Order: sequence, then C-alpha cells, then structure tokens
Amino acid sequence: MSHPLLSIRELSVDFETAEGWKPVTHGVSLDIVAGQTLALVGESGSGKSVTAMSVLALLPLHTRRRGSILFTGEDLLCVPDKRLQQIRGRDIAMIFQEPMTALNPVYTIGRQLIEVIQSHRQLSTAAAKERALELLRSVNIPEPEKKFDHYPHQLSGGQRQRAMIAMAVSSEPKLLIADEPTTAIDVTVQVEILDLILELQSRLGMAVLIITHNMGVVADIADRVVVMRNGRVVEEGGVEDVFVRPREAYTRELLAAVPYLGRAEKFLGGLEPGLAVTESTTGDMTTTVPVLELTGARISYPGSWRKAGFQAVHGVDLTIERGEIVGLVGESGSGKSTIGRAVLGLLPLAGGTLKVHGTDVSHGTRALARQRRGTVSMVFQDPASSLNPRRTIAQAITDPLRWQGIQLRGMALRERAMELLEQVRISGSWADRYPHELSGGQRQRVGIARAIAIEPMLMVADEPTSALDVSVQASVLELFLELQRSYGFSCLFISHDLSVVEALANRVIVLQKGVVIEQGSTRDVLQRPQAEYTRQLIAAAPVPDPTVQQQRRQARTTG
Amino acid sequence: MSSSRWARALTPFRIVVIGYVLILVAVMILAPVLAPADPLAQNVTKRLTVPLTDGYILGADELGRDILSRLMYGARVELFIALGATLASMVLGTIIGLLGGYFGGLVETLTMRVIVDVILAFPPIILALLAVTLYGPGPGTLIVVMGVLFAPTFARITYGQTLSVKREEYVEAAIAFGAKTVTTMFRVVLPNASAPTIVRFSLTVAAAILLESGLSYLGLGVVPPTPSWGSMVAQGSRYLSSSPHVLLVPGGVVVLTILAFGVLGDALRDVLDPKEKRRS
Repeated sequence: MSHPLLSIRELSVDFETAEGWKPVTHGVSLDIVAGQTLALVGESGSGKSVTAMSVLALLPLHTRRRGSILFTGEDLLCVPDKRLQQIRGRDIAMIFQEPMTALNPVYTIGRQLIEVIQSHRQLSTAAAKERALELLRSVNIPEPEKKFDHYPHQLSGGQRQRAMIAMAVSSEPKLLIADEPTTAIDVTVQVEILDLILELQSRLGMAVLIITHNMGVVADIADRVVVMRNGRVVEEGGVEDVFVRPREAYTRELLAAVPYLGRAEKFLGGLEPGLAVTESTTGDMTTTVPVLELTGARISYPGSWRKAGFQAVHGVDLTIERGEIVGLVGESGSGKSTIGRAVLGLLPLAGGTLKVHGTDVSHGTRALARQRRGTVSMVFQDPASSLNPRRTIAQAITDPLRWQGIQLRGMALRERAMELLEQVRISGSWADRYPHELSGGQRQRVGIARAIAIEPMLMVADEPTSALDVSVQASVLELFLELQRSYGFSCLFISHDLSVVEALANRVIVLQKGVVIEQGSTRDVLQRPQAEYTRQLIAAAPVPDPTVQQQRRQARTTG
Repeated sequence: MSSSRWARALTPFRIVVIGYVLILVAVMILAPVLAPADPLAQNVTKRLTVPLTDGYILGADELGRDILSRLMYGARVELFIALGATLASMVLGTIIGLLGGYFGGLVETLTMRVIVDVILAFPPIILALLAVTLYGPGPGTLIVVMGVLFAPTFARITYGQTLSVKREEYVEAAIAFGAKTVTTMFRVVLPNASAPTIVRFSLTVAAAILLESGLSYLGLGVVPPTPSWGSMVAQGSRYLSSSPHVLLVPGGVVVLTILAFGVLGDALRDVLDPKEKRRS
C-alpha cells in the first residue's frame, strides 16, 4: 500500500456540555491514499460528518480533538491557524450538501469563483475570470459565459452544485471532502454530479472523501468504505468486500435495510403491498366507488398582485380504489406534492374534478377540507416540522379527533391516545413528552398515529421516510404497511424513491412536469417501463451493488 | 424534563428578582397595613428630611410627607396602571397582529396599516390630551390611552411571528386534519407565536411606568395629591441639588422595578418555551 495522503489516527472529538465533555467519536482511524475515493457511511449520529469536519477544524466552538490527523506528513491538529487557512481550499477542498446555503446569495457565481481563485493564487482579475470560465466549462455548466453573471438562485440545484464543485477544484486540491453532495438533488442529476466528481478526480488525481448515508452512491463511486456507528469505526474495507462479504453484523443489517429496486420481495420482511379489503365491507355497496378520483385535474399556485400564478399540474387523471396503495413518483417540480395538497383540500383545483369517495369536492378549499373530515388523512415528510412543538405527543395525536368534533373527553381521549401509541409501538410512558425529545423515527411514528387516529378512508403520505435513516425507514415502512392492512385505508404514496414505492405500492403513476408520463401496476411500470422518462428514472436510481453500478457506469461512458 | 427546565430558568439572580416582584405585589395589597405613616399627611417643618432621621426611613419630601409610605401607596397606583395598560395593549395588539398576519390581503391592510400605522403616527401626548379632555384625568383614562399607545408594538411582533409560523407544516397539518379557522389561529398559531410577546410584556410594563411618570408630570395622569412614582420623580427633580434623596429614592425604585420586570420576562420565556434553547 502506498503512503497515505491523509491519515487519521485515534481521533476522538468531544463536545463540551453543561455536564462536561461529551465524546462524539472514539478513536477513529482511517487512511486515504492519493487518487482514491473513500466513503464514510453511517446513520445520523454516527459521527461521520464530525470526523470529516475535524480534518479542516470546521467544528463548532466548544469542541476538542484528540489523536492525530496527518496530511502529507503534517499533523493538522498541531499546525497554527494561519497554516490551516492555507491548506483549506488549496490542498483540501470541500463541497456541501446544500449548495443554496453554501453559496453567498448576494454575489454572482463568477464573482465568488474569482474570489476563491485569487485567495490562493496571485492572478489579475482578468486572468482570474479566464480561469473561472475555464472551471465552469470543466464542470459542464451550460452557457458558462452567461451563468458567470448569474446569482445562485437563478441556477438549478444541479447547476449550483456544479458551481460549488468548480470552486472546490479551482486550486486543484489533493483531497476533496464531499459532505452528502447529492442528497438534496434529484436522482437523474445525482448521476451526473457523481460522474463529474469521478471525472475530475481522475483528471486531477485527487483523493475524495465522500460522506453519505446512501449505500447506492457508495457502491457507485467508492474504492474503500468505512462504516461508522455511534462514533466508532465498525468496518473498513474495499467496496466489494464490504458489500459482498460484510464482516460485521451491523454492516449486514445496514445493507439489508436498504431498499433495492427490483428486489422488493426481500424488503420489509416479505410483507406484500396491501390489498386488504376486510370481509365486512365486501358486501357493501360503497366498495365499488373509488376512494379517490381525479379527472383532468389542473392545479395552480395562486399568484399575487403583479405576479402571475404558476400552474404545477396540467390535467392529471388518477383513481385509487378501496384498499389500494398508489405510488406517485417523480422528481422535484413534477407536481407530485401539489396533487397531494389538492387532495387534502389545501390547494384549490383550477380545473377538472376531484371526487373523494364519490363526493365532488372540486371547489372551495377550507370548508371542503373540513368536509373531508374523517375520510382523508395525511402523513407529512418531515415529522420534526409537522408536529406542533408545543403539544405533547398524546395531545398531537388526539388533536385531529377534537378538531373533527369527535366527542371524546378526559380519560377516553387519553385511552385512545395510549391505544394509538401502542399501535405505532411507542411506550405509553412517553405520552407526555414533546416532539423534540423524540428521535426522527419515533416522531414519524407519532405522525402516523395522528394520521390513523381518525380512521381515514384515504391516506396521503408525502415522502414519509425521506428524512429518516435507512434502518429506521425500513421499520417505519413496515409499520405503515401493517397498519394499512389492519385499518384497510387506501393510500396515495408520494415518493421520489422508486425502490420504496416498489415495495409498497400496488400501482405506480410516474409524473413529470405536472403531466402523467406512465401508469400501471407496480410490476409493469418498474420492470417493463414504456416511457423513456421512466427508463431514465430507473437507470438513475442507485442500487447498493458495486458490480451493477460499475456495469451501468461503463454502459453510460461507452454509450 | 419540565423540572430541569424550571431549574435552568431559575438562576439565583432570577430568584432574587422574583422575590422583589412578590414583595412589590405584597406591598401593593397591604399598603394600608405596612405604611408607617399617612402618605398624604404633611409636616412642613420636617420637609426634605434626609433618610434614617426622625423616624423617616426613606426621608421626607418637599411637603414633609413620608417617602416610604408614599412609595407603598404609589405602588398600588403604579402597578395597577402599568399592568392594566400592558395587559390591555397586549390583548388588543395580539388580536390585531394575529388577524393581519394570518389572513393577509385586505385584512392585513385594515389591521396593520389603517389601525396600527395610524396609532403610531399620533404623538402620544396629543392622544393623551385628547383622552383627558374627553374623559378627565385618572387611572382609567391612563390605562385606555396607554393600552392604545402600546398596542402597535404587540401587533407588529405578533404579525411578524404569525407570518412565519403560519407557513410551518404543523399549521398546514392542522388545516388538513380539519381544524376550524379560529382553532388554527388561536390554538395552533398563537401559542407558537407568543414567546416574544411574553418578553415584550415585561418590557412594556417598564415603558408604561415611564410614560405614566411623564404624563403625571404634565398633569395628564394621576391627580395630586394621590402618590404615584412618576409624579414623585417629577417633583423630586426640582430638589436634585439640595436634597437628592427626594428624586433618587423613587427613581431607584422605578429603575429596580423596570429591571425586575425585564428579568422576569426572560425567565418566563425560558420556562414557557418547551424547546431547550442553549445559549452559550
């Protein structure tokens, strides 16, 4: 093995709290060889970001680092701040998860690039501009001369991340640290960004330290993998070894929890997508009426004074039968969440009809939203923001009952709350805690409990697990399926993750720019896609298998 | 967790301050029992007596009245007016701001522009003169005038908070789950928008004490010889060079009280906010 470029030895990072030093990582050691890609993976709280950030001393105040971080033979823990500043950006560069917040919104892309270039090299402004344009070209930003004068908000998410990368590689660093570089980006763009990072890596011969929770991304670009958990390195090895022959039980669990497009049957403990019409309802007349029927629905966001409205959905037809889970997939801006909001009555229809269980609720919003009481419910994407921070979880899950005028008081309400908490497997002793005292997975369970409290006929689930860690995602989805089968509600499941939809939905609808591209049974759409766009989506979805990812990469570069 | 929240909010300094406020409230109720002398009884021969002489613990004023007794009776008037006016302005301002922020559009124009901006455009003294001319001077008039004058601050705070809170997902969740508009506004948005209002409450009590003194000085507030802290400061200012205690004693009490309500507001905010806000 050649001499490592970066060598972290027994690194422990502690945060100072009121109770004293609280360790965050314990004796982490890892090596990166020049030109190599090392993926640092783990769930939230595993210490992966803290480890990477401590390389450049980009940690919050009141932290301390012990151990050593050797970069080309120099211990970064001992060097003076001045030297560290030289290393930052010139020898070690960094790209962040959300380029919108990492770029300064009041300066143009070009100006920010020039600033970075001149901070590391003595160049005239004209020469720096020349270099900036060259960089923008090298990261494949279309029309670099024009984009040079654009502000960050005028670029798309992918273009912003490209600009960020251009900035990072401007001084041809030896090491690039990428912190979740594609998490905020659509899958089809994610592929392009990863391709770009790999291309620049081989051109500049730099090492890449990528921090990610996405095992598909790891399988795609990493040479070596370090798995972290609770601040410790659990397993380290070549990407093939870790994925094919994981040594540690934790790595195996982690990999098993990752949904794998095309292998849905192995996910969620073999639970089938729910079609659980109970016997008592089969004789009912109402079973023949679709639970949700959208015909030619057009949905716009209202404009304001001097500003035109924006039409997000152009004529969508959609039907959900009783007990059916329909997956609505598409990339950001496809209008999938807009449809969900309209179904809930949070947005009016600009045209077409919306029938909930046979009743036409196309017009009006607020009053009709209340008319839908007891029939339509919702699980939101981010449980941290969709639960009122001032209500305990018991209050939060019974609030919908009170709002809908269901007469339950005192002890009865409390009992119902306990019953619901038990169904989502949260201990009743937690009933009086506030949402911020819960973990992400627990909060989403509370969100689900709140949604089933009114025993809805239709559930709208908008990316319910995209904010959760994979292992938590699997258990939450499993719980969701179980509840769906026992309660028998229908579900509009909105997601960008095809592998999750495959495991959960009976039917899939693919949406692009507010138009339905393709729909059909999950198996048909995902295994024999008819539309070109669906095929692109499927090809871009990362799978946790290095061999498959390599084949795809070769197919992309040769074709 | 709530016990630790109390523990964090109640620093030793704050406990002292809360003790001070409790003593104030006790004095307010028990003034007739506690006061050593009649606050109105004059004794011109003892005028401007310095503290701790001849049985005058805090001295006597320019008419020989016992300052301690006047402070005690003054606390009744002062806190009744200050708390009453602040409470009135908080209720009024919060409703105006909540309506404007939640509905926006025409309602916003009516509340935030037509009501709030017009009040702010009025010089306070002119408004007070107008009210005194119509209803005569006295605590009731003062509460109404100051209630109106301080309402815009609360309206603007609540308005700003409402604008950001109403975009939160949990508000959308409440609407989606069928909460009525009134429920959403007062039970979901308002509790999440009220933390700065509570802090502002204590600051406004302080401002009300100040404005009361100003208006009383102009003869628009509490009518002499009824003691009020404001008028005591106003009259004492004339004897600053010869007998500074006539000004400094009531002035000191005003300062301490204003400070105490400020600290009380901070403590309240820490207790009422379930999110543990670490400030380090």
